[in-house]
Amino acid sequence: MTHDAEPVTTAAPPRPAADQDRANKIAVRDLKFFYGDTLALKGVSLNLEANKVTAFIGPSGCGKSTLLRVLNRMYDLYPRQRAEGQVLLDGENILDPKTDLNLLRARIGMVFQKPTPFPMSIYDNIAFGIKLYEKVSKSELDGRVETALKGSALWPEVKDKLGASGLSLSGGQQQRLCIARTVALKPDVILLDEPCSALDPISTARVEELIDELKGQYTIAIVTHNMQQAARCSDYTAFMYLGELVEFADTHHIFTSPTQKQTQQYITGRFG
Amino acid sequence: MAQHTVTSYDQELESLGRKIAEMGGIAEKMLSDAMDALSGLDVDLAQSVVISDGRLDLLQRDVEAASIMTIARRQPMAVDLREIVAAIRVSGDLERVGDLAKNIAKRAILIAGEQRVPRAVIGLRHMNELAANQLKDVLDAYAERDVERAQAVWTRDAELDALENSIFRDLLTHMMEDPRNISFCTHLLFCSKNIERVGDHTTNIAETVFYLVTGGTMPLDRPKARPGASLAAPVEAQDEP
Repeated sequence: MTHDAEPVTTAAPPRPAADQDRANKIAVRDLKFFYGDTLALKGVSLNLEANKVTAFIGPSGCGKSTLLRVLNRMYDLYPRQRAEGQVLLDGENILDPKTDLNLLRARIGMVFQKPTPFPMSIYDNIAFGIKLYEKVSKSELDGRVETALKGSALWPEVKDKLGASGLSLSGGQQQRLCIARTVALKPDVILLDEPCSALDPISTARVEELIDELKGQYTIAIVTHNMQQAARCSDYTAFMYLGELVEFADTHHIFTSPTQKQTQQYITGRFG
Repeated sequence: MAQHTVTSYDQELESLGRKIAEMGGIAEKMLSDAMDALSGLDVDLAQSVVISDGRLDLLQRDVEAASIMTIARRQPMAVDLREIVAAIRVSGDLERVGDLAKNIAKRAILIAGEQRVPRAVIGLRHMNELAANQLKDVLDAYAERDVERAQAVWTRDAELDALENSIFRDLLTHMMEDPRNISFCTHLLFCSKNIERVGDHTTNIAETVFYLVTGGTMPLDRPKARPGASLAAPVEAQDEP
Protein backbone atom coordinates (compact mmCIF):
# COMPACT_ATOMS: atom_id res chain seq x y z
CA MET A 1 0.00 0.00 0.00
CA THR A 2 1.16 3.48 -0.73
CA HIS A 3 -1.05 5.16 1.80
CA ASP A 4 -1.22 4.68 5.52
CA ALA A 5 -4.16 6.87 6.35
CA GLU A 6 -7.29 5.41 7.87
CA PRO A 7 -10.26 5.34 5.55
CA VAL A 8 -12.22 8.51 5.93
CA THR A 9 -15.89 7.95 6.44
CA THR A 10 -17.83 11.14 6.57
CA ALA A 11 -20.94 9.71 4.96
CA ALA A 12 -23.22 8.75 7.78
CA PRO A 13 -23.71 11.34 10.46
CA PRO A 14 -23.86 9.84 13.94
CA ARG A 15 -27.32 8.62 14.84
CA PRO A 16 -28.85 7.09 17.93
CA ALA A 17 -28.10 3.36 18.09
CA ALA A 18 -31.70 2.25 17.57
CA ASP A 19 -31.99 4.39 14.49
CA GLN A 20 -28.73 3.16 13.09
CA ASP A 21 -29.87 -0.41 12.61
CA ARG A 22 -32.87 0.70 10.66
CA ALA A 23 -30.92 3.13 8.51
CA ASN A 24 -28.14 0.70 7.68
CA LYS A 25 -29.50 -2.13 5.58
CA ILE A 26 -26.13 -3.79 5.36
CA ALA A 27 -23.22 -3.38 7.72
CA VAL A 28 -19.88 -4.76 6.57
CA ARG A 29 -17.47 -5.32 9.46
CA ASP A 30 -13.76 -5.96 8.98
CA LEU A 31 -14.36 -8.05 5.88
CA LYS A 32 -11.42 -10.02 4.54
CA PHE A 33 -11.66 -12.07 1.38
CA PHE A 34 -9.34 -14.70 0.01
CA TYR A 35 -8.96 -16.11 -3.48
CA GLY A 36 -6.98 -19.15 -2.46
CA ASP A 37 -4.05 -17.58 -0.63
CA THR A 38 -4.49 -14.16 -2.15
CA LEU A 39 -5.96 -11.57 0.15
CA ALA A 40 -8.32 -9.50 -2.03
CA LEU A 41 -10.14 -7.53 0.65
CA LYS A 42 -8.00 -6.40 3.56
CA GLY A 43 -10.51 -5.72 6.30
CA VAL A 44 -13.20 -3.50 4.83
CA SER A 45 -15.86 -1.90 7.03
CA LEU A 46 -18.73 0.21 5.78
CA ASN A 47 -22.49 0.59 5.92
CA LEU A 48 -25.01 0.53 3.11
CA GLU A 49 -27.81 2.86 4.09
CA ALA A 50 -31.35 1.75 3.33
CA ASN A 51 -33.04 3.33 0.32
CA LYS A 52 -29.81 4.94 -0.78
CA VAL A 53 -27.50 4.24 -3.67
CA THR A 54 -23.93 3.49 -2.72
CA ALA A 55 -21.38 3.49 -5.53
CA PHE A 56 -18.08 1.63 -5.48
CA ILE A 57 -15.30 3.03 -7.60
CA GLY A 58 -11.64 2.20 -7.98
CA PRO A 59 -9.18 0.84 -10.53
CA SER A 60 -9.44 -2.71 -11.81
CA GLY A 61 -8.50 -5.26 -9.20
CA CYS A 62 -9.21 -2.99 -6.25
CA GLY A 63 -11.75 -5.41 -4.80
CA LYS A 64 -15.00 -3.58 -5.51
CA SER A 65 -16.58 -6.42 -7.50
CA THR A 66 -15.28 -8.91 -4.94
CA LEU A 67 -17.02 -6.95 -2.22
CA LEU A 68 -20.25 -7.00 -4.19
CA ARG A 69 -19.94 -10.75 -4.71
CA VAL A 70 -19.57 -11.26 -0.98
CA LEU A 71 -22.76 -9.37 -0.25
CA ASN A 72 -24.92 -12.16 -1.68
CA ARG A 73 -22.33 -14.92 -1.22
CA MET A 74 -21.93 -15.36 -4.94
CA TYR A 75 -18.38 -16.51 -4.20
CA ASP A 76 -19.78 -19.67 -2.61
CA LEU A 77 -20.18 -21.03 -6.11
CA TYR A 78 -16.42 -21.20 -6.49
CA PRO A 79 -13.89 -23.39 -4.71
CA ARG A 80 -11.04 -21.98 -2.61
CA GLN A 81 -12.71 -18.68 -2.04
CA ARG A 82 -13.61 -17.58 1.46
CA ALA A 83 -14.64 -14.53 3.43
CA GLU A 84 -13.83 -13.54 7.01
CA GLY A 85 -15.47 -10.86 9.10
CA GLN A 86 -19.12 -9.96 9.19
CA VAL A 87 -21.73 -8.84 6.72
CA LEU A 88 -24.86 -7.92 8.64
CA LEU A 89 -28.09 -7.79 6.69
CA ASP A 90 -30.65 -6.24 9.02
CA GLY A 91 -28.38 -7.28 11.85
CA GLU A 92 -27.92 -10.90 10.80
CA ASN A 93 -24.56 -12.13 9.67
CA ILE A 94 -25.00 -13.57 6.19
CA LEU A 95 -21.53 -15.10 6.25
CA ASP A 96 -22.89 -17.55 8.81
CA PRO A 97 -22.70 -21.06 7.24
CA LYS A 98 -26.30 -21.67 8.30
CA THR A 99 -27.57 -18.89 6.03
CA ASP A 100 -30.03 -20.16 3.42
CA LEU A 101 -28.31 -19.05 0.23
CA ASN A 102 -31.35 -19.26 -2.02
CA LEU A 103 -33.32 -17.09 0.33
CA LEU A 104 -30.38 -14.73 0.69
CA ARG A 105 -30.06 -14.31 -3.05
CA ALA A 106 -33.78 -13.65 -3.29
CA ARG A 107 -33.34 -10.89 -0.73
CA ILE A 108 -30.17 -9.53 -2.30
CA GLY A 109 -30.52 -9.53 -6.07
CA MET A 110 -27.67 -9.01 -8.45
CA VAL A 111 -27.34 -7.67 -11.99
CA PHE A 112 -24.15 -8.29 -13.90
CA GLN A 113 -22.02 -6.41 -16.38
CA LYS A 114 -23.26 -8.34 -19.38
CA PRO A 115 -26.99 -8.82 -19.69
CA THR A 116 -27.77 -12.43 -18.83
CA PRO A 117 -31.35 -13.16 -19.83
CA PHE A 118 -32.39 -16.81 -19.67
CA PRO A 119 -32.92 -18.41 -23.08
CA MET A 120 -36.67 -18.31 -22.64
CA SER A 121 -39.53 -15.91 -23.25
CA ILE A 122 -39.58 -12.44 -21.76
CA TYR A 123 -42.48 -13.50 -19.59
CA ASP A 124 -40.73 -16.61 -18.32
CA ASN A 125 -37.52 -14.75 -17.65
CA ILE A 126 -39.41 -12.94 -14.92
CA ALA A 127 -41.85 -15.66 -13.89
CA PHE A 128 -39.11 -18.26 -13.48
CA GLY A 129 -37.64 -16.72 -10.37
CA ILE A 130 -40.99 -15.99 -8.79
CA LYS A 131 -42.20 -19.58 -9.30
CA LEU A 132 -38.97 -20.79 -7.74
CA TYR A 133 -39.61 -19.09 -4.43
CA GLU A 134 -43.36 -18.70 -4.21
CA LYS A 135 -46.57 -20.47 -5.08
CA VAL A 136 -48.68 -18.01 -7.01
CA SER A 137 -51.75 -18.29 -9.21
CA LYS A 138 -51.50 -17.62 -12.96
CA SER A 139 -53.32 -14.31 -12.66
CA GLU A 140 -51.15 -13.20 -9.75
CA LEU A 141 -48.06 -14.24 -11.70
CA ASP A 142 -49.23 -12.16 -14.66
CA GLY A 143 -49.60 -9.23 -12.33
CA ARG A 144 -46.15 -9.72 -10.83
CA VAL A 145 -44.53 -9.95 -14.26
CA GLU A 146 -46.27 -6.78 -15.38
CA THR A 147 -45.32 -4.91 -12.20
CA ALA A 148 -41.70 -5.99 -12.53
CA LEU A 149 -41.53 -4.94 -16.17
CA LYS A 150 -43.17 -1.63 -15.36
CA GLY A 151 -40.81 -1.22 -12.43
CA SER A 152 -37.85 -1.56 -14.72
CA ALA A 153 -39.37 0.73 -17.34
CA LEU A 154 -39.47 -2.02 -19.94
CA TRP A 155 -43.22 -2.62 -20.03
CA PRO A 156 -44.18 -0.25 -22.88
CA GLU A 157 -41.52 -1.79 -25.09
CA VAL A 158 -42.37 -5.46 -24.52
CA LYS A 159 -46.01 -5.63 -23.46
CA ASP A 160 -47.09 -6.85 -26.89
CA LYS A 161 -44.41 -9.50 -27.22
CA LEU A 162 -44.11 -11.17 -23.84
CA GLY A 163 -43.78 -14.54 -25.59
CA ALA A 164 -40.72 -13.46 -27.57
CA SER A 165 -37.34 -14.70 -26.47
CA GLY A 166 -35.50 -12.59 -23.93
CA LEU A 167 -32.49 -12.88 -26.20
CA SER A 168 -34.32 -11.07 -29.01
CA LEU A 169 -34.19 -7.81 -27.08
CA SER A 170 -31.51 -5.17 -27.53
CA GLY A 171 -28.61 -5.07 -25.06
CA GLY A 172 -30.13 -2.23 -23.09
CA GLN A 173 -33.53 -3.93 -23.01
CA GLN A 174 -31.91 -7.20 -21.93
CA GLN A 175 -30.21 -5.42 -19.06
CA ARG A 176 -33.48 -3.86 -17.97
CA LEU A 177 -35.08 -7.31 -18.26
CA CYS A 178 -32.43 -8.61 -15.89
CA ILE A 179 -33.20 -5.77 -13.50
CA ALA A 180 -36.92 -6.59 -13.82
CA ARG A 181 -36.11 -10.22 -13.04
CA THR A 182 -34.31 -9.10 -9.90
CA VAL A 183 -37.05 -6.68 -8.88
CA ALA A 184 -39.74 -9.35 -9.38
CA LEU A 185 -38.46 -11.25 -6.34
CA LYS A 186 -39.08 -8.16 -4.19
CA PRO A 187 -35.54 -8.13 -2.82
CA ASP A 188 -34.32 -5.80 -0.09
CA VAL A 189 -31.06 -5.00 -1.79
CA ILE A 190 -30.04 -4.78 -5.44
CA LEU A 191 -26.40 -5.19 -6.39
CA LEU A 192 -25.39 -3.82 -9.77
CA ASP A 193 -21.98 -4.85 -11.08
CA GLU A 194 -21.14 -2.40 -13.86
CA PRO A 195 -24.67 -2.62 -15.21
CA CYS A 196 -24.10 -0.11 -18.01
CA SER A 197 -20.63 -0.91 -19.26
CA ALA A 198 -21.97 -2.83 -22.26
CA LEU A 199 -24.75 -0.37 -23.04
CA ASP A 200 -25.11 2.61 -25.37
CA PRO A 201 -25.67 6.08 -23.85
CA ILE A 202 -29.45 6.02 -24.22
CA SER A 203 -29.81 2.61 -22.60
CA THR A 204 -27.40 3.79 -19.91
CA ALA A 205 -29.57 6.82 -19.27
CA ARG A 206 -32.64 4.55 -18.99
CA VAL A 207 -30.88 2.30 -16.48
CA GLU A 208 -29.74 5.34 -14.49
CA GLU A 209 -33.29 6.68 -14.49
CA LEU A 210 -34.37 3.27 -13.27
CA ILE A 211 -31.83 3.28 -10.44
CA ASP A 212 -33.23 6.61 -9.34
CA GLU A 213 -36.76 5.23 -9.29
CA LEU A 214 -35.83 1.97 -7.61
CA LYS A 215 -33.99 3.48 -4.68
CA GLY A 216 -37.29 4.52 -3.16
CA GLN A 217 -37.99 0.86 -2.46
CA TYR A 218 -34.61 -0.83 -2.42
CA THR A 219 -31.12 -0.40 -1.11
CA ILE A 220 -28.77 -0.27 -4.05
CA ALA A 221 -25.05 -0.90 -4.42
CA ILE A 222 -23.46 -0.21 -7.76
CA VAL A 223 -19.97 -0.93 -8.99
CA THR A 224 -18.98 1.29 -11.87
CA HIS A 225 -15.92 2.30 -13.84
CA ASN A 226 -17.77 5.34 -15.05
CA MET A 227 -17.02 8.05 -12.53
CA GLN A 228 -19.62 10.40 -13.93
CA GLN A 229 -22.16 7.64 -13.48
CA ALA A 230 -21.19 7.24 -9.84
CA ALA A 231 -21.42 11.01 -9.43
CA ARG A 232 -24.85 11.10 -11.08
CA CYS A 233 -26.55 8.09 -9.54
CA SER A 234 -25.27 7.59 -6.05
CA ASP A 235 -25.80 9.11 -2.63
CA TYR A 236 -22.61 7.70 -1.18
CA THR A 237 -19.40 6.73 -2.87
CA ALA A 238 -16.71 4.35 -1.70
CA PHE A 239 -13.28 4.56 -3.29
CA MET A 240 -11.32 1.33 -3.03
CA TYR A 241 -7.73 0.61 -3.87
CA LEU A 242 -5.74 -2.61 -3.57
CA GLY A 243 -8.33 -4.32 -1.41
CA GLU A 244 -8.78 -1.45 0.99
CA LEU A 245 -11.47 1.13 1.46
CA VAL A 246 -9.60 4.39 1.01
CA GLU A 247 -12.44 6.83 1.34
CA PHE A 248 -16.16 6.53 1.91
CA ALA A 249 -18.29 9.64 1.99
CA ASP A 250 -21.16 11.58 0.48
CA THR A 251 -20.91 11.40 -3.29
CA HIS A 252 -20.97 15.17 -3.37
CA HIS A 253 -17.93 15.26 -1.12
CA ILE A 254 -15.97 12.61 -3.02
CA PHE A 255 -16.35 14.27 -6.39
CA THR A 256 -15.85 17.89 -5.39
CA SER A 257 -13.34 17.81 -2.58
CA PRO A 258 -12.16 14.35 -1.60
CA THR A 259 -10.10 14.13 1.55
CA GLN A 260 -7.61 11.47 0.49
CA LYS A 261 -4.90 12.19 -2.05
CA GLN A 262 -5.42 8.85 -3.77
CA THR A 263 -9.13 9.47 -4.24
CA GLN A 264 -8.29 12.85 -5.70
CA GLN A 265 -5.76 11.36 -8.09
CA TYR A 266 -8.07 8.58 -9.19
CA ILE A 267 -11.15 10.64 -9.88
CA THR A 268 -9.21 13.35 -11.69
CA GLY A 269 -7.48 10.87 -13.97
CA ARG A 270 -4.00 11.19 -12.53
CA PHE A 271 -3.53 7.62 -11.44
CA GLY A 272 -0.43 5.50 -11.87
CA MET B 1 -0.11 17.27 -8.00
CA ALA B 2 0.74 14.46 -10.39
CA GLN B 3 0.19 14.79 -14.11
CA HIS B 4 -2.97 13.59 -15.78
CA THR B 5 -2.77 10.34 -17.68
CA VAL B 6 -4.00 12.35 -20.66
CA THR B 7 -1.33 14.97 -21.36
CA SER B 8 -3.55 17.27 -23.40
CA TYR B 9 -5.77 17.68 -20.33
CA ASP B 10 -2.82 19.16 -18.44
CA GLN B 11 -2.09 21.40 -21.39
CA GLU B 12 -5.65 22.71 -21.42
CA LEU B 13 -5.49 23.56 -17.73
CA GLU B 14 -2.07 25.17 -18.10
CA SER B 15 -3.32 27.27 -20.98
CA LEU B 16 -6.23 28.47 -18.81
CA GLY B 17 -3.75 29.42 -16.09
CA ARG B 18 -1.63 31.38 -18.56
CA LYS B 19 -4.63 33.32 -19.85
CA ILE B 20 -5.65 34.25 -16.31
CA ALA B 21 -2.10 35.39 -15.58
CA GLU B 22 -2.14 37.59 -18.67
CA MET B 23 -5.52 39.03 -17.67
CA GLY B 24 -4.18 39.76 -14.19
CA GLY B 25 -1.20 41.61 -15.63
CA ILE B 26 -3.39 43.70 -17.92
CA ALA B 27 -5.90 44.53 -15.16
CA GLU B 28 -3.12 45.62 -12.80
CA LYS B 29 -1.54 47.85 -15.42
CA MET B 30 -4.89 49.36 -16.38
CA LEU B 31 -5.62 50.23 -12.78
CA SER B 32 -2.31 51.97 -12.12
CA ASP B 33 -2.30 53.69 -15.52
CA ALA B 34 -5.84 54.95 -14.96
CA MET B 35 -4.78 56.53 -11.68
CA ASP B 36 -1.63 58.02 -13.24
CA ALA B 37 -3.78 59.45 -15.99
CA LEU B 38 -6.17 60.91 -13.43
CA SER B 39 -3.55 62.54 -11.25
CA GLY B 40 -1.31 63.57 -14.14
CA LEU B 41 -4.15 64.79 -16.37
CA ASP B 42 -2.69 62.58 -19.06
CA VAL B 43 -5.32 62.12 -21.75
CA ASP B 44 -3.12 59.89 -23.93
CA LEU B 45 -2.43 57.48 -21.10
CA ALA B 46 -6.14 57.45 -20.24
CA GLN B 47 -7.00 56.59 -23.81
CA SER B 48 -4.51 53.73 -23.83
CA VAL B 49 -6.27 52.34 -20.75
CA VAL B 50 -9.60 52.47 -22.58
CA ILE B 51 -8.07 50.61 -25.51
CA SER B 52 -6.47 47.85 -23.45
CA ASP B 53 -9.84 46.95 -22.00
CA GLY B 54 -10.69 45.32 -25.33
CA ARG B 55 -7.86 42.80 -24.91
CA LEU B 56 -9.11 41.95 -21.42
CA ASP B 57 -12.64 41.35 -22.69
CA LEU B 58 -11.33 39.08 -25.43
CA LEU B 59 -9.25 37.07 -22.98
CA GLN B 60 -12.20 36.65 -20.68
CA ARG B 61 -14.25 35.22 -23.53
CA ASP B 62 -11.35 32.94 -24.36
CA VAL B 63 -11.16 31.66 -20.80
CA GLU B 64 -14.89 31.04 -20.72
CA ALA B 65 -14.95 29.23 -24.04
CA ALA B 66 -11.93 27.10 -23.16
CA SER B 67 -13.41 26.26 -19.75
CA ILE B 68 -16.71 25.19 -21.24
CA MET B 69 -14.88 23.10 -23.81
CA THR B 70 -12.81 21.39 -21.13
CA ILE B 71 -15.90 20.65 -19.05
CA ALA B 72 -17.60 19.15 -22.10
CA ARG B 73 -14.57 17.14 -23.15
CA ARG B 74 -13.12 15.95 -19.84
CA GLN B 75 -15.94 15.99 -17.30
CA PRO B 76 -13.50 17.33 -14.72
CA MET B 77 -13.77 16.17 -11.13
CA ALA B 78 -12.65 17.48 -7.74
CA VAL B 79 -9.61 19.77 -7.95
CA ASP B 80 -9.81 19.97 -11.75
CA LEU B 81 -13.43 21.00 -11.59
CA ARG B 82 -12.61 23.62 -8.99
CA GLU B 83 -9.72 24.82 -11.12
CA ILE B 84 -12.04 25.45 -14.04
CA VAL B 85 -14.79 27.03 -11.98
CA ALA B 86 -12.13 29.24 -10.43
CA ALA B 87 -10.80 30.25 -13.87
CA ILE B 88 -14.29 31.27 -14.98
CA ARG B 89 -14.88 33.27 -11.81
CA VAL B 90 -11.48 34.95 -11.67
CA SER B 91 -11.59 35.92 -15.32
CA GLY B 92 -15.01 37.47 -14.72
CA ASP B 93 -13.69 39.46 -11.77
CA LEU B 94 -10.62 40.62 -13.68
CA GLU B 95 -12.75 41.68 -16.61
CA ARG B 96 -14.82 43.80 -14.22
CA VAL B 97 -11.67 45.30 -12.69
CA GLY B 98 -10.72 46.28 -16.23
CA ASP B 99 -14.11 47.93 -16.74
CA LEU B 100 -13.72 49.91 -13.53
CA ALA B 101 -10.22 51.04 -14.49
CA LYS B 102 -11.56 52.04 -17.89
CA ASN B 103 -14.27 54.07 -16.18
CA ILE B 104 -11.65 55.90 -14.12
CA ALA B 105 -9.68 56.56 -17.31
CA LYS B 106 -12.76 57.98 -19.03
CA ARG B 107 -13.37 60.30 -16.11
CA ALA B 108 -9.72 61.33 -16.27
CA ILE B 109 -10.31 62.40 -19.87
CA LEU B 110 -13.44 64.33 -18.84
CA ILE B 111 -11.84 66.28 -16.00
CA ALA B 112 -8.43 66.76 -17.59
CA GLY B 113 -9.42 70.33 -18.53
CA GLU B 114 -10.23 71.45 -14.99
CA GLN B 115 -7.82 70.37 -12.33
CA ARG B 116 -9.49 72.17 -9.40
CA VAL B 117 -8.44 70.59 -6.10
CA PRO B 118 -5.18 68.73 -6.67
CA ARG B 119 -4.95 67.62 -3.04
CA ALA B 120 -8.26 65.80 -3.40
CA VAL B 121 -6.57 63.41 -5.81
CA ILE B 122 -3.88 62.51 -3.26
CA GLY B 123 -6.23 60.50 -1.07
CA LEU B 124 -7.63 58.79 -4.12
CA ARG B 125 -4.14 57.89 -5.25
CA HIS B 126 -3.41 56.36 -1.88
CA MET B 127 -6.61 54.35 -2.08
CA ASN B 128 -5.72 53.16 -5.54
CA GLU B 129 -2.28 52.02 -4.40
CA LEU B 130 -3.87 49.99 -1.68
CA ALA B 131 -6.33 48.44 -4.14
CA ALA B 132 -3.52 47.70 -6.59
CA ASN B 133 -1.47 46.01 -3.87
CA GLN B 134 -4.45 43.96 -2.86
CA LEU B 135 -5.01 42.93 -6.46
CA LYS B 136 -1.36 41.99 -6.88
CA ASP B 137 -1.40 39.98 -3.65
CA VAL B 138 -4.53 38.08 -4.56
CA LEU B 139 -3.21 37.28 -8.03
CA ASP B 140 -0.02 35.94 -6.43
CA ALA B 141 -2.15 33.94 -4.01
CA TYR B 142 -4.06 32.55 -6.98
CA ALA B 143 -0.89 31.67 -8.88
CA GLU B 144 0.66 30.00 -5.85
CA ARG B 145 -2.56 28.47 -4.50
CA ASP B 146 -1.79 30.25 -1.23
CA VAL B 147 -4.86 30.23 1.00
CA GLU B 148 -3.34 32.21 3.85
CA ARG B 149 -2.33 35.02 1.58
CA ALA B 150 -5.79 35.04 0.02
CA GLN B 151 -7.37 35.23 3.46
CA ALA B 152 -5.11 38.13 4.40
CA VAL B 153 -6.23 40.03 1.30
CA TRP B 154 -9.82 39.26 2.13
CA THR B 155 -9.48 40.67 5.64
CA ARG B 156 -7.55 43.75 4.52
CA ASP B 157 -10.36 44.89 2.23
CA ALA B 158 -11.87 46.59 5.29
CA GLU B 159 -9.07 49.18 5.05
CA LEU B 160 -10.16 50.05 1.56
CA ASP B 161 -13.74 50.54 2.70
CA ALA B 162 -12.56 52.79 5.52
CA LEU B 163 -10.47 54.81 3.09
CA GLU B 164 -13.44 55.24 0.80
CA ASN B 165 -15.38 56.69 3.72
CA SER B 166 -12.72 59.20 4.54
CA ILE B 167 -12.34 60.22 0.88
CA PHE B 168 -16.08 60.71 0.72
CA ARG B 169 -15.96 63.10 3.63
CA ASP B 170 -12.98 64.88 2.18
CA LEU B 171 -14.62 65.39 -1.20
CA LEU B 172 -17.85 66.50 0.41
CA THR B 173 -15.94 69.12 2.35
CA HIS B 174 -14.36 70.42 -0.85
CA MET B 175 -17.76 70.61 -2.48
CA MET B 176 -19.25 72.48 0.45
CA GLU B 177 -16.35 74.90 0.52
CA ASP B 178 -16.78 75.87 -3.13
CA PRO B 179 -19.68 74.75 -5.32
CA ARG B 180 -17.47 75.12 -8.40
CA ASN B 181 -15.68 72.01 -7.16
CA ILE B 182 -18.82 69.93 -7.35
CA SER B 183 -18.46 68.60 -10.88
CA PHE B 184 -14.78 67.75 -10.44
CA CYS B 185 -15.25 66.19 -7.02
CA THR B 186 -18.25 64.18 -8.12
CA HIS B 187 -16.11 62.58 -10.79
CA LEU B 188 -13.52 61.77 -8.13
CA LEU B 189 -16.28 60.38 -5.95
CA PHE B 190 -17.25 57.96 -8.69
CA CYS B 191 -13.59 57.06 -9.10
CA SER B 192 -13.30 56.22 -5.41
CA LYS B 193 -16.42 54.10 -5.71
CA ASN B 194 -14.80 52.31 -8.66
CA ILE B 195 -11.66 51.63 -6.66
CA GLU B 196 -13.73 50.36 -3.77
CA ARG B 197 -15.40 47.95 -6.17
CA VAL B 198 -12.04 46.81 -7.48
CA GLY B 199 -11.47 45.83 -3.85
CA ASP B 200 -14.71 43.85 -3.88
CA HIS B 201 -13.62 41.93 -6.96
CA THR B 202 -10.29 41.33 -5.27
CA THR B 203 -12.03 39.77 -2.29
CA ASN B 204 -14.12 37.69 -4.70
CA ILE B 205 -10.88 36.35 -6.14
CA ALA B 206 -9.60 35.67 -2.61
CA GLU B 207 -12.75 33.67 -1.92
CA THR B 208 -12.25 31.79 -5.17
CA VAL B 209 -8.66 30.93 -4.21
CA PHE B 210 -9.95 29.61 -0.90
CA TYR B 211 -12.51 27.47 -2.70
CA LEU B 212 -10.00 26.33 -5.30
CA VAL B 213 -7.55 25.09 -2.71
CA THR B 214 -9.81 23.81 0.06
CA GLY B 215 -13.09 23.01 -1.68
CA GLY B 216 -14.83 24.96 1.10
CA THR B 217 -16.22 28.47 1.27
CA MET B 218 -15.23 31.46 3.35
CA PRO B 219 -17.65 32.94 5.87
CA LEU B 220 -20.35 35.07 4.30
CA ASP B 221 -19.55 38.23 6.24
CA ARG B 222 -16.32 40.10 5.88
CA PRO B 223 -15.10 42.15 8.83
CA LYS B 224 -16.06 45.78 8.36
CA ALA B 225 -13.63 48.54 9.28
CA ARG B 226 -15.90 50.65 11.38
CA PRO B 227 -19.35 49.24 11.81
CA GLY B 228 -21.89 51.98 12.00
CA ALA B 229 -19.58 54.61 10.46
CA SER B 230 -22.03 56.73 8.59
CA LEU B 231 -21.34 58.15 5.17
CA ALA B 232 -23.33 61.20 6.20
CA ALA B 233 -20.92 62.04 9.00
CA PRO B 234 -19.73 65.41 7.68
CA VAL B 235 -23.32 66.62 7.47
CA GLU B 236 -23.96 65.44 11.00
CA ALA B 237 -20.90 67.31 12.14
CA GLN B 238 -22.52 70.49 10.90
CA ASP B 239 -25.52 69.92 13.07
CA GLU B 240 -23.42 70.01 16.20
CA PRO B 241 -23.65 73.19 18.22
